[in-house]
Amino acid sequence: MRTSERETAVLRLRVRNHPGVMSHVCGLFARRAFNVEGILCVPLADGQASAILLLVPEDARLEQVVQQLRKLEDVLSIERAPEAAGAFDAVAAHVELPGVA
Amino acid sequence: MQTTGAALTMRLLERQGIGVVAGIPGGASLPLYDALRDSGIRHVLARHEQGAGFIAQGMARATGRPAVCFATSGPGATNLLTAVADAKLDSIPLVAITGQVPSAMIGTDAFQEIDTYGLTVPITKHNFLVRSAEELLDVVPDAFRIATSGRPGPVVVDVPKDVQQARIDVGALPEPGRPDPPPRVADDDIARAAALIDAARRPLLLVGAGIIAAGAASTLRRLAEKASIPVASTLLGLGAMPHDHPRFLGMVGMHAARFTNLVLEECDLLVGLGIRFDDRATGRIAEFCPRARVIHVDIDPSELGKIRQPALGVVADVGEALRALEPRVTATARAAWSARVAALRTTHPLATPGDDDPLQPYGIIRHTAALLPDDAIVTTDVGQHQMWAAQAYPFTTPRQWLTSGGLGTMGFGLPAAIGAALACPGRRVVCFSGDGSLLMNVQELATAAEENVDVKIVLLNNAHLGLVRQQQELFYGARFHASRFHVEPDFAAVARAFGVPAVDLGASASPLDALAGMLASPGPCLVNVPIAAEANVYPMVPPGGANRDMISGGSHANV
Repeated sequence: MRTSERETAVLRLRVRNHPGVMSHVCGLFARRAFNVEGILCVPLADGQASAILLLVPEDARLEQVVQQLRKLEDVLSIERAPEAAGAFDAVAAHVELPGVA
Repeated sequence: MQTTGAALTMRLLERQGIGVVAGIPGGASLPLYDALRDSGIRHVLARHEQGAGFIAQGMARATGRPAVCFATSGPGATNLLTAVADAKLDSIPLVAITGQVPSAMIGTDAFQEIDTYGLTVPITKHNFLVRSAEELLDVVPDAFRIATSGRPGPVVVDVPKDVQQARIDVGALPEPGRPDPPPRVADDDIARAAALIDAARRPLLLVGAGIIAAGAASTLRRLAEKASIPVASTLLGLGAMPHDHPRFLGMVGMHAARFTNLVLEECDLLVGLGIRFDDRATGRIAEFCPRARVIHVDIDPSELGKIRQPALGVVADVGEALRALEPRVTATARAAWSARVAALRTTHPLATPGDDDPLQPYGIIRHTAALLPDDAIVTTDVGQHQMWAAQAYPFTTPRQWLTSGGLGTMGFGLPAAIGAALACPGRRVVCFSGDGSLLMNVQELATAAEENVDVKIVLLNNAHLGLVRQQQELFYGARFHASRFHVEPDFAAVARAFGVPAVDLGASASPLDALAGMLASPGPCLVNVPIAAEANVYPMVPPGGANRDMISGGSHANV
């Protein structure tokens, strides 16, 4: 199924680029038993910051998680980015294993 | 100037105004301690890192200023975790600096290596693993800025040994870290809040730790008096209003006085000020203040709507919000509501049986309070004694009451009292504890003796985990298990063995004179108070129950 057809949301975060950021972001979801379906992370041009795209279920708890993400010191900005959902489909083509249905 | 990472750290701490740190050294923090020896900072040697963390918390809670503790890598860091998590739950500005194995050995399972950064992600406001001595110039001021900005909280700074030892050239030192300015209070929000309060017939102010953190007690009082609004408090808001203020209703929630919860039941507007709708305060949330619209003022935006959706949410420093709000609210007597509150207070008061007897829970708390100055600092551990103290101690001033609220950490009281005494010389400090709790950080008796701090431990000793026993009695069919201590230490002898004078009121011909004598003597002491194991804290809202459904027991089962 294409990501755009499911009850999902895409969040775009701009974060400081250092080794601990991912554990801060993912930890917030994990402790709330809130599944993250997809993660894309790319460094931004200046190397000081990265962009993270998170594909997450559209859930009543999402707003609280977003509020908590906003409080993280290393999260510089966070916004909903429904238009970026296609990025996950594009990546899927590269990670599907041959011979697996 | 040429310096080392360790010496630079001390210099930066000095510039933050840190005069005392609590800690325990170890292999991975020895360079820090070597630099500490040459600094202007006084070190208090705790006997367990959790003790060090709570000593620092005691300093921070008593003063409102950030405080610092040190631990080494591995077990030093893991021992600190409970105190750090406790600071997170209660929003206490704590900066914990931990030694770490040298950078090149990280990830090799080196001796005393643990992933301090990973362990502290979910229990800190923020944490750092410092990669170079140069980074300290940013990280240390940032740690203090983060710990004190907005909603305060703990910050862990993990410093590998090679970073401590690295020699670097430093030009100008950075400015000390200071709190970011709070968000600007929106004028519209204040106007709407004032209109809601003016329109309410039965408004109520519920204050929490945020009112203490904001230093807003006097503004709160002015608002309550001007608009004739009753004020209730969460556990951590106690001290914001004087206990005997006519508008003050005491603590809400699981062990509130009956009238307090009943007033909440009837209010039509709840103004939450620096609170987070904790379940111990609200009871079953769906039935909390069922008739009320809610105005919620908090500096943490994620708290607004987290538990209870407010009619009006205001992101602000609660002190600034109150200063803007108070002049906008109409002065009124609210005669009908005031009369109703007074009637509930009369018909459903807090019962404090035995409060004239120093060998009963309310009695020892009342007598201790009467023998101490009004502004004595009160710390507690966690359990029945904590709730009896919260109900019955006559608090008069903010930051007088230091207790572990959110995490509910047994073992908090003694080290926090030591920290408070260190931070507030000249103030009297009493720690109400229980025989279960005291043992959890009993080793800090040695620290108290060594520092000769003026800490009076009043031990309510029922040879039980009393609140566990109480819940087994009330909610598990009196099937008691693992809540009784079959071996009862001689706590007075234990204290004396650490060099702390002690008295056992149970063995005293005149308990009240013995108590007075101990409280009047300088330095630390322990007063053992044997109390009945059957004494329960009442009223009690069953966990998960609605606040209106309060259980009373025994001598005051009148409702």
